[in-house]
Amino acid sequence: MTFTVRKDPKGAVVIGVDGQLIVGNRHELKQRVLDAVEAGERKVVIDFSNTGYIDSSGLGALVSLSKKLRDSGGELRLAGLNEDLRTLFELTKLDTLFTIADSTEQALADF
Amino acid sequence: MEISLRVPTDLEVVEEAVDLLARHCLASGFPPHTARFNLRVALAEALANAIIYGNRLDPEKFVDVRIVVAGGSLTLQVCDQGEGFDPAGVPDPTQPDRLDRPDGRGLFLIRKLVDEVRFNERGNTICMILRRA
Repeated sequence: MTFTVRKDPKGAVVIGVDGQLIVGNRHELKQRVLDAVEAGERKVVIDFSNTGYIDSSGLGALVSLSKKLRDSGGELRLAGLNEDLRTLFELTKLDTLFTIADSTEQALADF
Repeated sequence: MEISLRVPTDLEVVEEAVDLLARHCLASGFPPHTARFNLRVALAEALANAIIYGNRLDPEKFVDVRIVVAGGSLTLQVCDQGEGFDPAGVPDPTQPDRLDRPDGRGLFLIRKLVDEVRFNERGNTICMILRRA
């Protein structure tokens, strides 16, 4: 499992989750996003197009990060979720809490 | 097919344990999608709950996992060494006042992703059943 961080030319930070987002690595993702916020970033996209599964700890980390971004005047968007991952967000009704885009490009388009 | 695995109380090993067990289930001929997604998420949730809330991160304790694939179903049992809990007392995480909480979705997801969930009387063993579609 690895996280990749890149800066979009328009100013957003895109973090890719390669593998799983679960209890054993959620702190690492949180730290990556918090480091970006600390550095002044306010637009963050998390790209799940290479993610196998997310557990409830991973979902919880995203909820915390979304709140942190909102409190800082920014926004966290999610992109690239496959059908299974989208189902997790729908089951837990977290799809009502996040802007979820089909792709990173779409998430960035009107950011 | 039957597999038993003793897992240490260590969150770092959850991913590896889930991977190992899911691969065995795939090899046993269980439907790939179910083994790849539903089983992995349910098992990761059950292991994390057992380690965090059951064993309370006590490294002296362990979690026993037993998987039986027989006929048309896969039975997955996860047992910790904790005091147990009352599953009926777990609130619905989709209620509006709980939606922005970072925790409390594990058991909810398990119930949604497997066909049947049972607990022993003490509440320290969860039994999850997945049936072939």
